[in-house]
Amino acid sequence: MSEKLTGVVVAHTELADALLAAVAAIAGDDTGLVAVSNRGCDRTALLRRLDEAVQGRPALIFTDMAGGSCAFTAAHLARARPDLRVVTGVNLAMLVDFAFHRELPLDAAAERAVQTGRAGVGIVGR
Amino acid sequence: MIGLYRIDDRLIHGQVVVGWAQRLGIGFIVLVNDDVRASDWEQELYRMGVPPTIELIFASVAEAAARLPEWERDRRCGIVLTGDVDTMVSLARAMPGRRCVNLGGIHAREGRSERLRYVFLTPDEAVKLKALAAEGVDVSAQDVPTARPVPIAELV
Repeated sequence: MSEKLTGVVVAHTELADALLAAVAAIAGDDTGLVAVSNRGCDRTALLRRLDEAVQGRPALIFTDMAGGSCAFTAAHLARARPDLRVVTGVNLAMLVDFAFHRELPLDAAAERAVQTGRAGVGIVGR
Repeated sequence: MIGLYRIDDRLIHGQVVVGWAQRLGIGFIVLVNDDVRASDWEQELYRMGVPPTIELIFASVAEAAARLPEWERDRRCGIVLTGDVDTMVSLARAMPGRRCVNLGGIHAREGRSERLRYVFLTPDEAVKLKALAAEGVDVSAQDVPTARPVPIAELV
């Protein structure tokens, strides 16, 4: 069996830590997720921080805002690494689902994360 | 006109395209960076972060120095963005009469010391900014529009 995917959540300030705490409360501790904050980083420092979090493993990188500094840095890292994919617009629904589907191939996991994340956004009570 | 001359080593990001752009009603952003100017791939990434209502212009340092008067005459309000102190100092001197330079994000790096949570400067950078202020340029740190502008004199 191939190695399970790692998920790296990179986001502004303490958002990634908060999301991981919420995922753990729902899915338990074995989520395969790592949090990275952009606090105090220029792009070079954030790239280093992100690279350290990935640790050379195949991974999905979840970022908060498309087009933000976190997404930009993740895209930079993934450009040189075929075993990384970047998913923007991270939300709790996609992370919880990812925790239970880390055995998927990389592209399938990325596609699933996008679909699950989108499915979790809507208007309630109308 | 240019509404904001900003030094921010994250270049295009939320504080710029959401915070400042909305506050100033920005119509265009000029990203001044020789490396980005030469990279189609990086330009495509930066475009992802900017709403279609804002024109994003990529310029080398030399191109920016030459086109500053044109951008100042533009009817729309714009932001000129550099990632480092040296580039902004050279642009400010290329545009006599320039009154304000905003320090938006200059983060920790070897040789820099903390002046504010989001402003770290080497002694050389501090001297250059102080010299710019002495030439009549209003140099202040302000990461987001709602924050208090901190004059360079309080930082060096």
